[in-house]
Amino acid sequence: MSFADFSDLLDDLYFTNSNLSKQAIFADYLRRTPDPDRGWALAAIGGTLSFDLFKRNLVKSLMEERMDPYLFQLSRHYVGEMSETVALAWPQSPEPTRLNRLPDLHEVIEEFKARDQGRDRAGIRDYLIRLLDNMSPPQRWALLKLGTRGLRIGMSARTVKKTLAEMAGVDVGVIEELWHGLSPPYEALFAWIDGAADMPDISNVLTYSPVMLSHPIDEEKDLDGLTPDTHAAEWKWDGIRVQVAGMNGEARIYSRTGDDISHSFPDLAATVNWDAVIDGELLVRPANESGEREIGSFNDLQQRLGKKKPSAKLMREKPAHLIAYDIISEDGASFRDSSLDERRERLEAFIAARNPDYYSLSERLDWSDVDDLRALREEAAASEGLKEGLMIKRRDSVYVAGRPKHAWYKWKREPFLLDAVLMYAQRGTGKRSSYYSDYTFGLWGEKDGEELLLPIGKAYFGFTDEELAQLDKWIRNHKVARYGPVQEVDKELVFEVAFDSAHTSPRHKSGYALRFPRISRIRWDKPAHEADRIPALEALVGK
Amino acid sequence: MNKTERSTATLRPFARKLVMEPNPEDWMAVRDGQFYCVPADCYVDPMTPVDRAVITHGHADHARKGHGRVWATPETVDIMRTRYYISDDTEATKLRYHERHDLGGGVTLWFASAGHILGSAQAVFEYQGQRIVAAGDFKRHADPTCEPFEVVPCDVFITEATFALPVFQHPPLEAEVEKLLRTMTTLPDATIILGVYALGKCQRVMKTLRLAGYDKPFYMHGALRRLTELYESYGQDFGEWRMVSDYDRKDKDRYRGHIVLCPPAQVNDRWSRRFADPIPAAASGWMQIRARARQKRVELGMVCSDHADWNDLIRTCRETEAGMVWITHGRVEALEYALEREGIPAKGLHLIGMEEEAGE
Repeated sequence: MSFADFSDLLDDLYFTNSNLSKQAIFADYLRRTPDPDRGWALAAIGGTLSFDLFKRNLVKSLMEERMDPYLFQLSRHYVGEMSETVALAWPQSPEPTRLNRLPDLHEVIEEFKARDQGRDRAGIRDYLIRLLDNMSPPQRWALLKLGTRGLRIGMSARTVKKTLAEMAGVDVGVIEELWHGLSPPYEALFAWIDGAADMPDISNVLTYSPVMLSHPIDEEKDLDGLTPDTHAAEWKWDGIRVQVAGMNGEARIYSRTGDDISHSFPDLAATVNWDAVIDGELLVRPANESGEREIGSFNDLQQRLGKKKPSAKLMREKPAHLIAYDIISEDGASFRDSSLDERRERLEAFIAARNPDYYSLSERLDWSDVDDLRALREEAAASEGLKEGLMIKRRDSVYVAGRPKHAWYKWKREPFLLDAVLMYAQRGTGKRSSYYSDYTFGLWGEKDGEELLLPIGKAYFGFTDEELAQLDKWIRNHKVARYGPVQEVDKELVFEVAFDSAHTSPRHKSGYALRFPRISRIRWDKPAHEADRIPALEALVGK
Repeated sequence: MNKTERSTATLRPFARKLVMEPNPEDWMAVRDGQFYCVPADCYVDPMTPVDRAVITHGHADHARKGHGRVWATPETVDIMRTRYYISDDTEATKLRYHERHDLGGGVTLWFASAGHILGSAQAVFEYQGQRIVAAGDFKRHADPTCEPFEVVPCDVFITEATFALPVFQHPPLEAEVEKLLRTMTTLPDATIILGVYALGKCQRVMKTLRLAGYDKPFYMHGALRRLTELYESYGQDFGEWRMVSDYDRKDKDRYRGHIVLCPPAQVNDRWSRRFADPIPAAASGWMQIRARARQKRVELGMVCSDHADWNDLIRTCRETEAGMVWITHGRVEALEYALEREGIPAKGLHLIGMEEEAGE
């Protein structure tokens, strides 16, 4: 299939808002496109291309040769981005080599790769020029984004996997399990999806295993059935759920969604000298005032998230630590079909043999009746954000991908509540595109001796459709000023905002950012001046 | 009415002069941020009510209400009446293209087609052997709903620079219409909500769709009706179009597989709630820029502009052989710079009141 089809696909995905439509568009492309083009498209969109076709600098230097630098600069400032500027303003070569047809996607990739392997820099340059000369602006954009691996078309890895799962008629967990064991151009994967081959065998490949998740507990229905004989209780730590996997001297740390985040935690990865898959909570262990190391808050952990290459200093100050919840496999044997209690025994033995600086066991809590659980939950609430609440797991539960019913419960501490004032509103997307459905709200605070509202967060759910219509109407009747898509409103409407925790944030005027904020009630009755002040937030979450 | 005569664009050669006599700025001045022809005591496209105004075309950033006397093409005068820009107190003089008119003070005025919208004109001012052309808004791309642009050789060419960056190279509208029709084939049950400005864009898009073979009725927002009827009174044929307001609000499915035309602001606003499976679309020159299309929440962007693109702006300035180019608004720096590089003296004026996106 011609590169033009790939470019059309990217355009369609880029401009489509709904995830379902994106899936339909992508599935349609994958069905009508032969190998290996569809596999390369999957790699490009799924973010698994492992090499650049050409360097950004080459593109830049080509433009500098061809276009007046001042006009290029004005254009780039206006467009806001280099690739698109080049795609739109590309000045044709004086005597361009005309191609009878645009090459296929795989031909483009293979051609660049061959020239790169031959260290043929002039060849890469000539080929890039030839392609750009023969392409339309959207095609040039697709090529430049593909070539420098800068594709951002608003399609998450999860949506990509869901698309494949639907095509194959399997649960998305199956794809997630396969995903990291396969590589572009994914011919074995598509052969299986087409029904022409068995599911690819990845048992010898170090890869992510789909995790088991929990349901929020229903206090009315579920509490009565709990006994210490049938259920075990553990803390629900406020870090990030990860999977640490080792095989043949290799180590990987995967996020809950299967993203490889090993590069952010090389200190933990370096400890992996075993063959096993461990499920746990990743946290950090900073030193306290008296120099002792203890489990840090999510705030502490945050500094290490998303770091491509953490500094030695950061790793010394905030070393990674795993609180182990579960063991999925060891030395080639899977324990998915064993009970939680059986796995627990193996986990205890496994962790006992590890360095306690990096590994600890998630404590099994003592309890005899539901009142004990309530008390433990209160204790979690008073942990200054370290513990989000309780996990209550059936002791005979096997390890299943996804959220099996009545196996694991989470019982979070009560959310924090604050009364905040609506400040700005923005339209939503998709079905909500005609509604003001994104709300920025603030608390009263003092800045330079003046009492004013300081924004603390944004929320776009927690209300019913009926309330949304009422809010939309209220906002349209209380417009103050407009900043691009952002509508400022009269500071008159109070929201009761629920949130799980707050952390300090230098990027916010108020100095705080909320985690998982949602609108819990609309306080039509409450005057804005009675809304909460910043110190109330400080009191709730600690300074 | 003054004595008029036909003129042709190539009446006499205009050599490029380094020193102009008289100094054009002496008789075409910028006063209160707008052009003012001094000897004729007359403004060009003024934003505030004045006694005497020459109007190049009917878009709101050029034509306003409240003037005492107005000179414009017959189409523009009709558009202004339709939009209530001309009241009983306004004395309107209609000048057909190339009809010469004594504006007083020794100034002759005539209009040449600008190719922008119906009735759009370049205002040609002649005084003491000098010619200044105020092009208003113009384009060089083909448009079946108005007269094509005409090059008028002149001493000073006054141009806009809305799309004056090398990134703006408008594709032919036919290709963009194909894109729209392809989407309708892929998603036959969706409703295309196409945002178009009521004057010019709406009619150009409808006509181009008809020429591409689209033969279903168009559905239309009330704000587009009167100007479309006005175009029809000038002989344009858009096939069948229907008013959305004529149908039951709850009949959401009626519009599936059809194009609904409305002003851009309505595409994602409350009005669009009455359509099943809407696809927000827009026809505008800005659709070229991805981030802007996304910002407008458009899922289907047709690059469709009523303004000259980068290459056409420069080509036009060159073809007029003007000794000097004045640039009113838009990406002034880029055009000024590019023209200077071509050896054409250029000057940015940054006039007020020219809203960037109006008419686009």
